[in-house]
Parts: sequence; C-alpha cells; structure tokens
Amino acid sequence: MRPILMKGHERPLTFLRYNRDGDMLFSCAKDHTPTLWYADNGERHGTYRGHNGAVWCCDVSRDSSRLITGSADQTAKLWDVKTGQQLFSFKFSSPARSVDFSVGDKLAVITTDPFMEHTSAIHVKRIADDPQDQVGDSVLVLENPEGRKRINRAVWGPLNQTIVSGGEDAVLRIWDAETGKLLKETDKEVGHKQTITSLCKSADDSHFITGSLDKTAKACLWDMRTLTLIKTYTSGVPVNAVSLSPLLDHVVIGGGQDASAVTTTDHRAGKFEAKFYDKILQEEIGGVKGHFGPINALAFNPDGRSFSSGGEDGYVRLHHFDSDYFNIKI
Amino acid sequence: MAVLDLYGRAAKLGIDLSQVNFDSVLLPPGENFGIESDDEDVYVNDENFETGFGNIIVVDQLPVVGMDKFEKLEKKLCESYNKLGVIKEGGFAMPVDSDTNKTLGYCFIEFNTRQEAERAKEKTHGYHFGKDINLAVYMFDDIERLMNMNEEWEPPQTKPYAPKETMNLQTWLTDEKARDQFVVRCGPDTEVSWNDTRHLKSESVHKLQNWTESFVQWSPLGTYLVTLHRPGVALCGGATTFKPLMHYKHPMVQLVDVSPGENYLVTYNSQTPNNPNDATQVDIKIFDVKSRRLMRGFQGSADEFSVGGSSLSWPVFKWAGGRDDKYFARLRKNTISVYETKTFSLIDKKSMKVDNVVDICWSPTDSILALFVPELGDGNQPARVALVQLPSKVEIRQKNLFNVSDCKMYWQSNEAYLAVKVDRYGSKSKKRIESGLEIFRVKEKDIPVEVLELDKKNDKIIEFSWEPKGHRFAVIHGDLPRPDVSFYSVENPGRVSKLVTLKAKQANALFWSPNGKHMVLADGLNGKLEFYNVDMLMTMATVDNFMATDIKWDPTGRYVATTVTSSVHEMEDGFYIWSLYGKLLYQTRKEQVFQFAWRPRPPSLLSEQKEKEVKKNLRQYVVRYEEEDEEVVALLSRQEMEKRRVMEEEWEMWIDKWKQLHEEEKLQRQNLLGEEEEDEEEEEEEEEHYYETVEELIDVCEEVVSFEP
Repeated sequence: MRPILMKGHERPLTFLRYNRDGDMLFSCAKDHTPTLWYADNGERHGTYRGHNGAVWCCDVSRDSSRLITGSADQTAKLWDVKTGQQLFSFKFSSPARSVDFSVGDKLAVITTDPFMEHTSAIHVKRIADDPQDQVGDSVLVLENPEGRKRINRAVWGPLNQTIVSGGEDAVLRIWDAETGKLLKETDKEVGHKQTITSLCKSADDSHFITGSLDKTAKACLWDMRTLTLIKTYTSGVPVNAVSLSPLLDHVVIGGGQDASAVTTTDHRAGKFEAKFYDKILQEEIGGVKGHFGPINALAFNPDGRSFSSGGEDGYVRLHHFDSDYFNIKI
Repeated sequence: MAVLDLYGRAAKLGIDLSQVNFDSVLLPPGENFGIESDDEDVYVNDENFETGFGNIIVVDQLPVVGMDKFEKLEKKLCESYNKLGVIKEGGFAMPVDSDTNKTLGYCFIEFNTRQEAERAKEKTHGYHFGKDINLAVYMFDDIERLMNMNEEWEPPQTKPYAPKETMNLQTWLTDEKARDQFVVRCGPDTEVSWNDTRHLKSESVHKLQNWTESFVQWSPLGTYLVTLHRPGVALCGGATTFKPLMHYKHPMVQLVDVSPGENYLVTYNSQTPNNPNDATQVDIKIFDVKSRRLMRGFQGSADEFSVGGSSLSWPVFKWAGGRDDKYFARLRKNTISVYETKTFSLIDKKSMKVDNVVDICWSPTDSILALFVPELGDGNQPARVALVQLPSKVEIRQKNLFNVSDCKMYWQSNEAYLAVKVDRYGSKSKKRIESGLEIFRVKEKDIPVEVLELDKKNDKIIEFSWEPKGHRFAVIHGDLPRPDVSFYSVENPGRVSKLVTLKAKQANALFWSPNGKHMVLADGLNGKLEFYNVDMLMTMATVDNFMATDIKWDPTGRYVATTVTSSVHEMEDGFYIWSLYGKLLYQTRKEQVFQFAWRPRPPSLLSEQKEKEVKKNLRQYVVRYEEEDEEVVALLSRQEMEKRRVMEEEWEMWIDKWKQLHEEEKLQRQNLLGEEEEDEEEEEEEEEHYYETVEELIDVCEEVVSFEP
C-alpha cells in the first residue's frame, strides 16, 4: 500500500471529510484555507479562501454542493463547493470548533469554544435552500453546556432529533435538538477519563466512536440512542482521531505523543501510527505508519476502499487498500 | 464538636468569633474532642519522643564535689559536651544535695535535638573522666523506663507452637508448573506475580498499595521480600500472602542489603545536617535476620564510609562469598576492615593496613579477597592486584601492573578465575586508553596469571562478563557506537583461546543467561536486543525493544524480561517477557513502572552429576511437559474461540436492533432528505462495487541515445 502524499497545507491538519460519493476529500488545517482534493489520485482541486484563522472542522452537504467550515477566526462559513465562493458567514464571539450538517442539510450544528467571558456553546442554525435567504440567527443556542470546558465535537443524532456532544470534561451528552434539554450523559466512571478529542458516526447513525487523550488512551464505541458503551479499543497513545470503516468491521485510530513533546525524543517514541482494530473483537489488526507528527485527522472513503490521514506534520496521506486488506482474518 | 455548635455557643456567650485567634488556642494534652488526627506525622513524632525528653541525657558517675569546685566541674562538662552538640540555653543542670551542699554525682544535659543527645551518649558513655572515674551516660527516657520496670521477674511465656502457612518460606519453589515469580512496582502498587508463559500472561499472587515506601528488594536466595518503611525494614515471605514476617527498627532507612546466606540484614540511613558545614551523618545497622537482634551498629560522617572522595557506594559492607556469611569487609582509607560474624568484631581485633587501596572484591564462594592499589608517585610505585586469604590474612598471590589508569576485577561465579581488566595509558600520549586482561586461575597451583591482549592492541574494553558457571567470557571492545564483541574460552589450562569476534555490533551491554550458553547483547541507546547462542556461535534473533531500560534473565535462564521504567517515557511503560530465543511471549503495559525484579532461586540441590544425568536424558523428561503444553494451547484456543463467538453474537444483537430501528425510521428519514432520494437509497443497498485496474501497453520502442562528452 503506497500512500499518496498530499502536501498543500503549511500548518498541521485538523480535519478531513469525504463527500458522500467518495470522489472528493476536504481537508482543514491550521493555515487558513480549507482545500478540496480528488479523492482518487490526490490531486488538488481548489481552495476556499476567506478565513482568517485556523480552520477546525468542516462538513459537506449530501449533494456535495455546500461546504460549511468552522474557524478560530470566530466564524463559520458556508461555501459553494463548485466555485469556491463564500456564500455566508456566521459570526460568533469565540472560535467555532465543530460543524455538522443535519440529515437533509436543512440545519447545521456549530459549537463554539469558551473564550474570554464566553462559555462554550452549541448553536443550531437553519440552512436556507437559497443562499440569498440565509440568515445568521440561531434556531437554538445551548449556552454553557459544559461551562468553561471546550466542546470538541457535536454531531446530529438519528433523525436530527438529538445532538451528541463531547469535549474536555470527558463526558458525552445527548441533547434534545428541539428544546435543548439534556437527555442523557455518560457516567464518569464508564467512559473516558480525559478530553474527548474526536467523534465519528457510523453510516447509519446507529453508533459512533470517540477518541480521547486519557492515559490508557482509548477509543470507545457507543450506541447513539442509549449512550451505552459497547466496545473499547486501547491504543496506548493519546488518540486525536477516529474513524469507522463503512465496508468492514474495522475501526481506525490515530494520534501519538503530544506535539509539544515530540521534538525531544526519538521518532519511534511518538507512535504516529494509524492503527486498525477489529470492531467486534477489539483486537489490533495492523497499523499504517508514515507521519512524522501526531495524526490529527482520519477519514474513510464512503466506499471503504481507501482512507486518508492528516498529521501535525502538515501532510495528508491518502491510502488505497491493497486487496489483501479485504481478506484479513484474525 | 460540630462547627455549627461552636457558632451557636459562641453567639450565646457573646463572643465574636472573628476576633478569636484560633492558633493561640491550646488544647489540654491528650484532648482531641473526639476528632482523630489524620496527620500521620503526629504518631511518628509520638514514637520518636516518647516522653518529650528525648534530647536529654543523664551523665552519672561524676565526682561528688562541694560548692567550691561546682563551677569548675560545670564549666568542664559544658565545654566537652558543647563539642558534641549544642546544649540548650539553661539546658545544664547539676542537682545539689541541700544537706551536704555537695553535688549528687550526676547531671542533666539538654541538647537541641535528639540526634545530638544520642551522639553525645554514644561518644561519652564509658568515657574516662579522670582518676578512676568512667562516665555512665544514659538517655533520660531510658532512666524513666528503667525506673518503671516491674521489680519482679516474670518468666517469659512460651507460646505454643502454631504452624503457619508462612512457615514454609520456600513453597514458591514447589510450584507445579515450575514457574518463576517477579515483583513489579508501578504507581502506588507493588505486585508479585507468576510468570505464566504457557498462558502468555502474568498471574497475580499478591498486590498491595503502598507496600513499601521507597523500593523493594528480594533477598539473595529469594526467601524474603524486603520492604522499606519510615520506622524500619520489614521482611515479607511465603507463597501467596506475603505477610510481613519480621520488622527491624531503623527510622528513615534508605538502603538495605541482605547477606548472601540471608543471615544478616544491613540497613543504612544518612542524615543531612541542618548546618551545611557539618558532615552528613551515616547510621548503619546490622541485624540478625532470624532473631531480629541488632548485631552491630556503625555511625559516623559520610566521609568515613566513602573512599577516595567519591560518594558512598552501597553496599558499604561486602560479604564474603558462600552461604555461611562468615566475614564481611569494609574498605576504608588505607585500611581494609574485615569483621567476623562470630563476634561481630574485627578479625584479630585489627584492620588490615593497605596503603591507598581503592577497591576490594570478595570471591563469590570462598573467603578470598581481591584488592587493587593504584599506581602511586607518578608511576614510580606500580599498581598492584593481590589476593588475600582470610582469616589468615595471608597474601596468596599478587601482581604488579605498570602504566595503569584503572582496574576492574571480575570473579567468575565458581571462583575458578579472577579476571582483571586493566586500562592502560596508550604509549606516549596519555589520552588514549588501551585495555588488557589478566586472568588469575585461582583453583590451580600457585595461581598462574595469564595476560591477554586483544587482537587490536589499542582497543578499549567497554564491558566484560564471565559466563556464569562456565569457562567462557565475553568482552565488548573498540569504539562506540559500533564496537566489536569477542568471546574467549579459558577451559584449556594455560591458554586463553578466542572463540569468535563479532564485528561492529550495536551493543554496549552483555547479559549472560544464569545458566550460561545464551546471552543477550543489548544496545541501550536504540533498544536493540540480540539473542546469541554462544555454544553454536550464532545469533538467534535480533529484536527491537524501544526504550528498554532494564534487561533481566529469570533465575532459571528460560526467559528474559525487559522493562521500560517511567523515567523517560510514559507511553512505553511496561514490561516485556521474551523467550531465550528472542521471541516476544507477552507484554504488559503499566503506568509508571519503577521496578521489576525476578525472585531469585536458591542454588539447585541436585548434585553436579545428577544434573548432568538429567541433561543427558532430557528427551524423556521433555515428552511429559510437551504434552501439558499442548493441552494448554488447545484449551486457550478453545477459550479464545468461545470468547469470540460470544462477542460476535452480542454484536449481532446490536446490529439487529439497529437495523430494525433504521427500518422503522426510514419514512421519517426520507422526509428529511426529500423524496426524490428514495430510489437512490434503495439502489445504494443493492449496488455492488467493482473495481478493476486495467493496464494497457501502448507502445514499446528502442532508441539509441548517443552520448556526447
């Protein structure tokens, strides 16, 4: 499996997202320009210029026409995927950390960081069909859901009825998407012990996987509706990114030693490896090495035949699986 | 008293609580209002200062003098005791008999600290004060204790003999599967486990939080586990419970050492004085392990216990080889003090005078002491290595060495040979160090010495190691980072023959298996381990064990444990168990691993002959064990299969539930998505992805390309 190295960002990668058809790959980085790549050969297609800060997250609509990005410049922007035009800019008073389109792309959930006197918040915005009609008003704002702790990821639950959030306080919460009421939260004892860094839904919204920095550094699989912990994958290093294979019962976990501690030690110490686990048996299947910094982002192509990883080293590495990957037996 | 009550009470009495300085409130002694202090120090202090008079000594047997000489005596006493410690202001009291107007022949002296008082007592008890007067000095506390002693003697009651589980301290050796134990200290936990390589895991025997306050140590034969605590040392033993068997009082103990025969325990602590000009005080105690009796104590400044200006090297007392623990030696400036354990005093009541001796080394089995004296007077007086037989103190062999910068002595484990690694200054320039070896054949008549030079004369020997119980040794020589490793044999009398030299190895440390034959070459920097078979002279495996800090063979030589301790890297922490062929059997990740130690085994009870016989008929024995092994493997795989099946079934349940829900919500979802998507979703489910790579050869042509210079 030879990776394709995609060098287009000048700063560490933060997020990767495939469109539904699996032909486009969007990448976000701490430089200010989200980039669109051909998911097959890794050629760069174009960039989205307009942000004035690190871009933390993005999502693309089901029909691949719209892109939403959240940035540290305290805005979330809507883009026309095809032309690269900025369609709308949602303004906040603190950095936008995570964005997610609802099923049907009529709504978007955006989380903002605690900043100065502002606490963290979850905002729900209505996305207009015609960008001309787009307004900046929130349908729902959940102020202070985790107080001064940052929310690292919030996504829609099944049928847009709920919002699932996770962040620095290591607790996962399910909110009612209509009323903003807290429906469920995880027990501190059961789940993660430290900051939840990443969260990835299954294709059918039935379950999701979370990654965390906690000392045993693990990823957990949860039931999306009941918030039941189903599986735990222990990786031995802080986890920054997780992803679920849409094709096989595999999960991939990436991370590595904290970037600030890396330079002082041997490259082997970092464990900058994307590790594959059997989703059901929780056993490690293999690993893909190559990054020379922690892995910050992971995404599976919706066809399950390739995946890409984005690292602190500024590279996106696109891997097309060899045929023997599909016949792994453990 | 509850705080609320307090406020109520205060309000009733009209006291403004904000005006009260609570710190100035003293409770009557012994009163705690039913609130137990959770401050551990309180109890510890209680123990130290049993009555609070711990810093007072009583000096008895003083001359009885009248008032005319009172001042003179007082002055004299104050002067002498002020040299030993600071007497508290008004801390001197010499009572006077009001009838005779004469002193009573004793006085009280109060020092600033208990330590000073103890030292003063130590130094002046029995002190010859003049004429026929020998001072008798006691701790004030002792007097009180002795006064309160019951006058009538009670015969000690003999307790009926009660056999305990812990009585057989060797039960771990009778493990059916002949496994070995090890202790791991990680975080606050200390855990003893079996190394169960058949099941590829460790099996916990006993786990305890805060079992020790600094570290643990196995006794040399593996009978006891030594744990350190603030009040002293405890020995734990047994097979499963590891109950503390015995305690040895030595407050703030820092280092321990158990004699090779497990008969004596040496404990050490040092105290940094408050005054930086004072020397660090060292306190060493030697206990009899079984009776817990304090056999002898040594006190002094740290300088007295270190030689050549270097810091103190532990153990200070080196025990003579063998399990008899007959002698122990201590190196001092220009002297070697050898004590015998029969009397716990110096052999012949005097130390051996050896000028400038810097290193001593006991033979591992006999009472022969090897010593090294470096070059003196700019090379005018040669360096010297000598073997001294004890207790006769006869020098049985000595050899002068010239142009020497340093020497290291290595005894072979059966005491047949002593190797001395000699570092010499290179010819002419003193910068380069060259090494040679001198092999003393101790068991042969007149102890012949062979000089061995390396193939490359000017190589420096980095590491030397004897094969345990064998006749071979290995050296690492040359320049880092890629030195050479050579193996030599001394089996043929009168000749040291080279077996092989491995060129440019990544290795800086040698680890022989305790049974010889196998060894691990380790490169500490890069974590490379090479498992080498010295019989066949070939490498069996080379493995990467990144960040490994410790490499330890188990006492049977079957397994190697490598440890990554928490000093460098938290993520790598844990230990790895390898087979002697370099196969990783299992690994355990733990946080904050501080220590890993195999439980040593006592030497085998089989005679050498019997051992040879077993080795010869190994095939017969092997069959039985192989069968057992296979059974375990089969069992494990069955268990694993079962586990997987259960997991898969559970997963199927989840999936089914989700599928059902997914189906139920289908309509709603389509609404959300917009109806035109309906078909697509159906289609998606049926769609099968086909990928084909087509490679087409379009054209092949051959061209001659001319080359122009």
